[in-house]
Amino acid sequence: MTASLAAPSPTQGAKTRINDFSIQVATVNGSGSQTANTVLLRAIFQMGVFVSGKNLFPSNIAGLPTWFTIRASAKGYVARKASNEMLILMNPETAKEDIAKADVGALVIYDEPLQLDKLRSDLAYIPVPFQKLVTASCPEPKLHKLVKNMIYVGVASRLLGIDMEEVKKAIAKQLKGKTKAIELNQNACVAGYDWAMENLPDQDHVKVVRDNKTQGLIIVDGNEACALGALFAGVTVVGWYPITPASSLVETFIEYADEYRKDPKTGKSTVAIVQMEDELASAGVVLAAGWAGARSMTSTAGPGVSLMSEFIGLGYYVEAPGVFFNVARTGPSTGLPTRTQQSDVELCAKCSHGDTQHINLYPGNMEECFQFSYDAFDLAERFQTPIFVVTDLDLGMQNWSSKPFAYPAKPYDRGKVLNQQQLAEAKDWGRYKDVDGDGICYRSLPGTPGGKGAYFTRGSGHNEYAQYSEKPEDYVAIVDRLKRKYETAKTHVPAPVFRNLGSDKGILAFGSSDPAVIEAQDVLAEAGLKTDYLRLRALPFTAEVDAFVQEKQVVYVVEQNRDGQMANLFRETYPALATKFKSVLHYNGYAIDAKCIVDQINAFEQK
Amino acid sequence: MTTATPSAPTNKLGFTKQDYVGSKSTLCAGCGHDSITAQIINAAFESNIEGHRVTKYSGIGCSSKTPAYFINQGWGFNSVHGRMPSIATGASLANRQLINIGVSGDGDSMSIGMGQFVHAVRRNIPMIYIIEDNGVYGLTKGQFSATADKGSFLKTGAKNELPPIDPCTLAIELGCGFVARCFSGNPKQMNTILKAAFAYEGTVVLDIISPCVTFNNHDASTRSYKHVKDHDFPLHDLGFIQYSEVEDVDIAAGETEVVTFPDGSKVAIKAIHEHYDPTDRFGAMKAIHESMEKGEFLTGLLYINPIQPPLPQVLNLVDEPLASLGEDMLKPSAAELDKIMQSLM
Repeated sequence: MTASLAAPSPTQGAKTRINDFSIQVATVNGSGSQTANTVLLRAIFQMGVFVSGKNLFPSNIAGLPTWFTIRASAKGYVARKASNEMLILMNPETAKEDIAKADVGALVIYDEPLQLDKLRSDLAYIPVPFQKLVTASCPEPKLHKLVKNMIYVGVASRLLGIDMEEVKKAIAKQLKGKTKAIELNQNACVAGYDWAMENLPDQDHVKVVRDNKTQGLIIVDGNEACALGALFAGVTVVGWYPITPASSLVETFIEYADEYRKDPKTGKSTVAIVQMEDELASAGVVLAAGWAGARSMTSTAGPGVSLMSEFIGLGYYVEAPGVFFNVARTGPSTGLPTRTQQSDVELCAKCSHGDTQHINLYPGNMEECFQFSYDAFDLAERFQTPIFVVTDLDLGMQNWSSKPFAYPAKPYDRGKVLNQQQLAEAKDWGRYKDVDGDGICYRSLPGTPGGKGAYFTRGSGHNEYAQYSEKPEDYVAIVDRLKRKYETAKTHVPAPVFRNLGSDKGILAFGSSDPAVIEAQDVLAEAGLKTDYLRLRALPFTAEVDAFVQEKQVVYVVEQNRDGQMANLFRETYPALATKFKSVLHYNGYAIDAKCIVDQINAFEQK
Repeated sequence: MTTATPSAPTNKLGFTKQDYVGSKSTLCAGCGHDSITAQIINAAFESNIEGHRVTKYSGIGCSSKTPAYFINQGWGFNSVHGRMPSIATGASLANRQLINIGVSGDGDSMSIGMGQFVHAVRRNIPMIYIIEDNGVYGLTKGQFSATADKGSFLKTGAKNELPPIDPCTLAIELGCGFVARCFSGNPKQMNTILKAAFAYEGTVVLDIISPCVTFNNHDASTRSYKHVKDHDFPLHDLGFIQYSEVEDVDIAAGETEVVTFPDGSKVAIKAIHEHYDPTDRFGAMKAIHESMEKGEFLTGLLYINPIQPPLPQVLNLVDEPLASLGEDMLKPSAAELDKIMQSLM
């Protein structure tokens, strides 16, 4: 058997890309390719190279095409890269289209019977007899479909120069203790590796060379990081309803709660987790539990937030705490449920009817997913209001490497809650009286004995003593105080982080856009355009954000939606500066890449 | 503790009835809902309920205003339309020591709130769920609700052509362990059922026919005082004995069945309606359907199953309220975080 690499290759003569490439794997959803792709990603990670993975999956259980891209980057760029140096084509339905879209010079590993090598002459083809290799390595025909994918991991590992021991370790890690499955998959992988060793010549297009960049790092997805944040924050009531891409946040939490949230003395649970009948009921559970003194949360996506809107407004007006995770996906309506977007910015900023303003946290990496989730429960109880933690599918469901999370040693802030004795001593207590001038009032919890502190919570008009009122002055006093409370939050929410190269041109972004912005900043700087970058981490805007937008001559607001929603919030907050804000947008459902940012900023600069 | 005159009788906790009242009602004079409020106050006083443990929940509508009119020592939460059950669910999970009373209406529960009603019952939330049922939307000035009888008329002359939804048969179907129907014009029966309800651990569904004096008390209405009085067929005489009391069941022997609750409280049921057995689920369904066909309102304890674990028990929650658990019980250690981090490397 002669591999086509032996023939003159379009990649010959080009500089070898060491630890700096992207691989795209095209498979069929439900074929077990997720395991294979994660093993390949993990093996590169174990070789000490920065790596990130993006699963571009369909809204389907099995049968539709799915792609997975793996990017290795010595420089630590982990955003999606628009071009790929290696393709692994396992899906006959998309193979021709994948070839048509391939970047010149790409290595193409494909299933031999697809006969793709005649389609273009500017690619390097590697046909692999997968069926033959599967039959030889796996005795059980019903498992052939699943192990087939492990064979390409073996072939790719050999071509890239990944140590087979690392691949085997990655398989064992991925399949956690399932001995038979581990053996089966390792055998298939070795079969692919050995076949490549015997039949394929070395290639010098892309290589993995052992490095030490990932030592001590973890691989995690944002939903798991948020679940861990909630676990350490001591959440006690979870009301939720399944929705992509937010389900795995609570599901992962359930797994951890099984282990870490049992009373050691009685074996009983210290957290109530209820899958509700819908998102409306989930929101009700969260707010009522918070009202009754529990730390409560739910996890949802855009459509769920729309459904929860009425309750969120109630929570804002009656001042009940609760943490609402929004793992955003592509809207509007059902939209693209398995694709990413940052298109709920305005929804979460002002969720519900009437005048409402909410504290929003925007984690931009895994450590922040953990830490902000932890902090969100403090903020909810301190400010007695619904708090949004807004991530997206890209942060929530993709694999990211990260430093291990630091232990959140800071004690819980349970906020202004009066106990029995304090209530007995309080003079003229009113649930909605602003005693401290910060807009935050003192509350009592249902069940407090002593005959003091009971009050009536209502979504209708009320005065400082929580009594029903339709008086204009009572209404205005309450809503103005709520605004004051929001002002107070400016000094409590996470301040932005900066990456300033020394410029009066600003880039402002948030959340999952961070890696693409950093890469774009470097690309622009190399071409002579320096920028200062502010990564926003919360609403309301803090003093640092204010200073940045005041001083920059132009602010490029990078975000993953069509309408420039964050830029709109800035234009609304700073009407005098409205023309400073230029929108750099990406909204096709894929994660943002550096190139689109560079291209759009260059286009503005050339105007 | 006692705020009334020294001569006022007190219950075993030393409270007078005055300690169980709320703010002054703002409902129409003669509203059936106010009679229900009065019986909640009586039953709580007589059942020695600790006021500070009471939480009162409601949605939107005339009925939903009433939690402000009883037990001022308890906390109230008037939420959004049709969503009272999820509020009760959240709070009852946060603190399993609360005594939860939800007051809803036929509009609030059988239309917009149907989904939450059904699922709260299915989960057996520890709460007394009262539906103040007048067959009409009072607060928006007199539209039909989903419990309005087919063929009944509005004050405007409009006729209801759609069949009613019956909260009681629905609750039995969903597995509710305590289902009763009362008439706001029969205080004695309401009082006994409410006292039994306070002793019950899971969801109590209590449909109380409560005529609307303003929009649904005319002769053509099937939920007017006159119509209900003429068509109310009590199933039985009820006696309720709290666990702590030593007296015998206050009801004549004969066709009497005694149902015992897990805490030892007893309900004695003397059937006066064809040897009615309230522990027979299928029999209960049959009797209610038959009475509806005859145009009767069958009132009393329709179905009871005293041993049915409520949600906090199903979830195996710690006995202490979740809301009062401290950081020492909730936050895993640094070593445990380290172990988790190692597993992700």
